[in-house]
Amino acid sequence: MNAISSEVYNYKVVRQFALVTILWGIVGMLVGVLIAAQLVWPALNLDTPWLTFGRLRPLHTNAVVFAFGGSALFATSYYVVQRTCHTALALPALASFTFWGWQVVILSAAITLPLGITSSKEYAELEWPIDILIAVVWVSYAVVFFGTIVKRKVKHIYVANWFFGAFIITVAILHIFNSLAIPVGMLKSYSIYAGVQDAMVQWWYGHNAVGFFLTAGFLGIMYYFIPKQANRPIYSYRLSVVHFWALIFTYIWAGPHHLHYTALPDWAQSVGMVFSLVLLAPSWGGMINGIMTLSGAWHKLRTDPILKFLIVSVSFYGMSTFEGPMMSIKTVNALSHYTDWTIGHVHSGALGWVGMVSIGALYYLIPRLYDREIYSVRLIEVHFWMTTIGIVLYITAMWIAGIMQGLMWRAVNEDGTLIYSFVEAVDAMQPYYFVRFLGGAIYLGGMLLMAYNVAKTIGSAKPATAPVLSPAH
Amino acid sequence: MPDFTSEFWSWYVAVPTVLGLVFCVILLWTNSTSKDITDKEETMGHVWDGDLEEYNNPLPKWWLNLFYITLVFAAVYLVLFPGLGSFAGTLGWSSTGRYDKEVSDAEASFAPLYESYLATPVDQLAQNGDAMGTARRIYSNNCATCHGSDARGATGFPNLRDHEWLYGGDETAIKATLHNGRKAAMPAWIGVLGEKGIDEVSEYVYSLSREPVNPQYLEAGQQKFQTMCAACHGQDAKGNLALGAPNLTDNVWLYGGSLGAIKESLVKGRNGIMPAFNEQLNESQIHLLVAYLNSIGDPKGQ
Repeated sequence: MNAISSEVYNYKVVRQFALVTILWGIVGMLVGVLIAAQLVWPALNLDTPWLTFGRLRPLHTNAVVFAFGGSALFATSYYVVQRTCHTALALPALASFTFWGWQVVILSAAITLPLGITSSKEYAELEWPIDILIAVVWVSYAVVFFGTIVKRKVKHIYVANWFFGAFIITVAILHIFNSLAIPVGMLKSYSIYAGVQDAMVQWWYGHNAVGFFLTAGFLGIMYYFIPKQANRPIYSYRLSVVHFWALIFTYIWAGPHHLHYTALPDWAQSVGMVFSLVLLAPSWGGMINGIMTLSGAWHKLRTDPILKFLIVSVSFYGMSTFEGPMMSIKTVNALSHYTDWTIGHVHSGALGWVGMVSIGALYYLIPRLYDREIYSVRLIEVHFWMTTIGIVLYITAMWIAGIMQGLMWRAVNEDGTLIYSFVEAVDAMQPYYFVRFLGGAIYLGGMLLMAYNVAKTIGSAKPATAPVLSPAH
Repeated sequence: MPDFTSEFWSWYVAVPTVLGLVFCVILLWTNSTSKDITDKEETMGHVWDGDLEEYNNPLPKWWLNLFYITLVFAAVYLVLFPGLGSFAGTLGWSSTGRYDKEVSDAEASFAPLYESYLATPVDQLAQNGDAMGTARRIYSNNCATCHGSDARGATGFPNLRDHEWLYGGDETAIKATLHNGRKAAMPAWIGVLGEKGIDEVSEYVYSLSREPVNPQYLEAGQQKFQTMCAACHGQDAKGNLALGAPNLTDNVWLYGGSLGAIKESLVKGRNGIMPAFNEQLNESQIHLLVAYLNSIGDPKGQ
């Protein structure tokens, strides 16, 4: 371990991705707060087509999932794969291409979506030329990542890399097959799938974007940064093996639960529901391994706000992966589907799990990438509490709003007529939409604090160079 | 077996589904029963990145049991409900079957009430508070989106309280409208009339209910109106219920009565659509709606 080679880790691409993660996080969440405000005060679309909810909503989802989440995954996976393989990143030029290519994808999305250029497939709205660029960048990412694994200096592949690897391979397959389309012009194409097949392929993609992009990838982050920050060994290797294989196997089946009570055949709905329930334990395996890694070091939670971010993120992960299987049960889904409960569920995963684990990992990374202490630990602590309060406001507002909508929509009089017209249910949402807006704004405020803290930290700092560690024997 | 084009696809679904569950059981079984579980205080012996290590604690019992319970649930569910390809499940449940049953149960329980409403003449029904409560809710959930909660309409959507009817306001006419819908067929006239002709005719139409703005157009406008427009709107411009051609003399305007709005109607035509409701609403509900429109009609026609 003391033997130090002359080779240094490729920190440049990690730094680039780490910094844009914060930038795109702020942009994506700002758009989210704006559209949340539009739902409270509809006049905020300012009668401008490209500021309307229908165009900004896909911009928000693409920005937070692929720009913020994607950049966080690139940054952390590039960092983790080098550190745990004891070798510098393979093909540095290609790695650099993935950074600039990904930024071009993000900018194209930011331009085309507000202009109304869309394939109309949820979370896959970008038109075919951008889709092709995504595929090229993604395959390059796979080559860099697995190239680094191949030239590793240790025999065993660390568990975080299993999850990153599964995420990279599966997202490539999902993206390519879901986006297959026939172009009719530079900016317009039609999916090769139609009708219920289109819906099924879309939700096979959509649910596994959650399963592999937002779960497996971020579990990779968890498996490195929690033991590192807690300075404790992973709780159970065996558990990581079982829940890894069970998770990546089971997730692929769960998509049909997005199409309960639709034209999708009953058998497909049932299979989707059953495997969604089976998914509960494999998901919780990750939560157990994350939280139990801290056993014997719980006291660190009192003083270490980075660890707070990481552990609370895993708690939100456990909560949303319990909620998900419950919502996939047909009877529950009959109430929850099409309501804001779904929005609340997604955000407990997105703000709680994905957001917090990324933020925690970034606070760990930034000082190491610049070889200096963070400017203010106290600001991290404030950021943590803003984040937590923001999430709690957001998801409780959406739970109440969603269940209320579900109940109002189905309430029937003795004469068989509906008690409420649709617009009455819309009207009843206003206070909860306001609380949601408030929660989102507080969360965004925390991100701005982070940007300030990071700017102060890196200020005039020279980027760090770290020599590659030799493997321990 | 409507979901599958051949028996092969049914097996293609059923076999991997069962094998998938079996795979999970084997994965759990082999990893919870083997003997080489290390002591809690010992790591696996691998070290990454200086200090990353792993314990090898056994799978938590409660977690293992939770996993098994979901697998048992899955197996039982797939026996009872459709899931394994074309196997219908032993309960014979289907989502369409469930829907049909709920609808027929509801219809059976509400039938006596609605039959009595249907047997009551519209003008008596309009005096029945309970019936009008039901009718208002049917209206809110089916009609209010276009015609407004207060039934006063909006631009392009007729006001239902003002006694001005495009297709007639008696019971038969309103029922026909609700059953089959209506499609207006005012053609675009710009090609025939040209811009000058549009100016002239719109001036004439405007003058039918108000003081003219550009009197110099009136004569030519009237002439063109009689040739081109009178076929539908009538020589006296009082419209034609059979065609849904509006009365142009009463200063009631579906698309706005300003000179600009009239010109736009002439230039582009108007093709308003009232959808048919015969699949959403039954005879009795349509009957109730007619009574409801009677009950809310504004006597002053405002």
